[in-house]
Amino acid sequence: MIIAERKPIEDIRRMVEGHDRVLVLGCGTCVAVCMAGGEKEVAILASALRMAEPEKEFKEATIERQCEREFIEEVRTTSDGYDLILSLACGAGVGFTAELLEEHRVVPGLNTKSIGVAEQPGNWSERCLACGECVLDLTGAVCPIARCSKSLLNGPCGGSQDGMCEIDPKNVQCGWQIIYDRLAKLGRLDLMEENRPPKDWSAAHAGGPRRVLREDAEP
Amino acid sequence: MSKGNGLKSGSRLEQVLAAGHFAVTGELGPPKSADPSIIEQKCGYLKDKVDAVNITDNQTAIVRVSSIAAGVLAMRHGLEPVMQMVCRDRNRIAMQSDILGAYVLGLRNILCLTGDHQCFGNHPTSKYVFDLDSIQQVEMVRKMRDGRFLCGEEIRNSKKADLAPPKMFIGAAENPFGDPFEFRVIRLAKKAKAGVDFIQTQCIFDMPRFKEWMKQVVDRGLHEKVYILAGVTPFKSARMAKYMRDNVAGLTVPDSLVERMEKAEDGAEEGIKICLEQIEELRETVGVAGVHLMAIEWERKVPEILERAGLTPRPEVDKQALAS
Ligand code: SF4
Ligand code: SF4
Repeated sequence: MIIAERKPIEDIRRMVEGHDRVLVLGCGTCVAVCMAGGEKEVAILASALRMAEPEKEFKEATIERQCEREFIEEVRTTSDGYDLILSLACGAGVGFTAELLEEHRVVPGLNTKSIGVAEQPGNWSERCLACGECVLDLTGAVCPIARCSKSLLNGPCGGSQDGMCEIDPKNVQCGWQIIYDRLAKLGRLDLMEENRPPKDWSAAHAGGPRRVLREDAEP
Repeated sequence: MSKGNGLKSGSRLEQVLAAGHFAVTGELGPPKSADPSIIEQKCGYLKDKVDAVNITDNQTAIVRVSSIAAGVLAMRHGLEPVMQMVCRDRNRIAMQSDILGAYVLGLRNILCLTGDHQCFGNHPTSKYVFDLDSIQQVEMVRKMRDGRFLCGEEIRNSKKADLAPPKMFIGAAENPFGDPFEFRVIRLAKKAKAGVDFIQTQCIFDMPRFKEWMKQVVDRGLHEKVYILAGVTPFKSARMAKYMRDNVAGLTVPDSLVERMEKAEDGAEEGIKICLEQIEELRETVGVAGVHLMAIEWERKVPEILERAGLTPRPEVDKQALAS
């Protein structure tokens, strides 16, 4: 899922400055699961804002997803009369809401962090960087692009020590140590011996904004 | 030297190694300002004492004079540079352009490195590149030497023009003290496959572990494909030994060495003695083709260390040698 985190309240207050009627719009999918922008977080943020700015109106609403047209259409009427939409979706959701409800100003209430997993309760970590050409078949399903701090493709750099990454040996695991251990368990250490060629980064964002087209899914 | 000398680059370092001499390389960190005088000073200590000198590339991600520019200055002061190039700051376009640039300025040795993460340096908020990793980088430089860019295009100015490839002697680093230990020799094998000519190791303090790694290198026959230069660093003081043990990533410093430094009356002399013992031991280690002496902020001691180690004067080479 997309992992996000709420922006500091001071930043949010700065964004609502000059707006008296604010619609706080949650998203019920990824960011609800990572407890950043679901119905519950909308309620918490709205009441904090009401306390801080009692003269303003903060209306709450949460839709299933802000990355799909049909759900955004559901709040078109609700949004009428509000001069600002504070979206608690990931960046894609914020942008799509603004695109569809074009008469509104839409601002982000979250910082979008990563494509990741709920590793532990209250602990979400990055697992994929959407490189466009997945190589997990070669790495024991552990992503070298996302989990190695340098996105290396040919194994750990010289800074890997005791399972930890040089950037922060106390808190950040070495992604390549994880790959190595996983391949060892699978009996596939032979994969560590193969030279991987340079990656085609044009399949990633380096090639420009990406689009997936599928005729079979067209109306 | 005429055509057909078998040399890949004709660099001094390559000639020394190819002739079977025990090679000595040093290290020079470029200055952090536009004042280049320190380069001349450091070169003064190293000149005629080492076969080549590594010019670091914004090491620990701190902005310094570029390794190409400092390399050219080192050449002017009579030293043969090994231009370091990290993957952190350049994509494949910039790397190849800089390799061509370095070559036309007379540089003949390159050391391909991943590079320390930018979080260690003075611009921790910068964006990294890592378009290639160091193994892919080695292969790219080798392809360039063979006449093609990474994209496959031939290196020539026009269809009718001659191939004009940058013929570099290609080095890389290896850290026998990194984890997982069993992968370290595999990594070297991958670099050998990619076409590396020589390897400089991380500073060695944990001799047993280095020797264990060397044994694996020799078992795989890699020492016959790649020249291994063993990294050594003299301690200036007990404090430095302790600091390196406790604070420097990717290193292992045994407690016994720290204790020995602490007990010594003359710390600097003890540090040099340890270094000399290490060089002695490394010269006797099968597969070690030379030493890479990194006298960190202690370049002035390099002549003394190498003289006492019996490694000076350095062998003569053909200064006009070209790659065949
Ligand atoms: S290899 Fe690419 S697509 Fe696959 S998990 Fe990693 S970043 Fe995502
Ligand atoms: S220590 Fe491991 S995770 Fe960190 S940059 Fe090196 S290989 Fe990647």
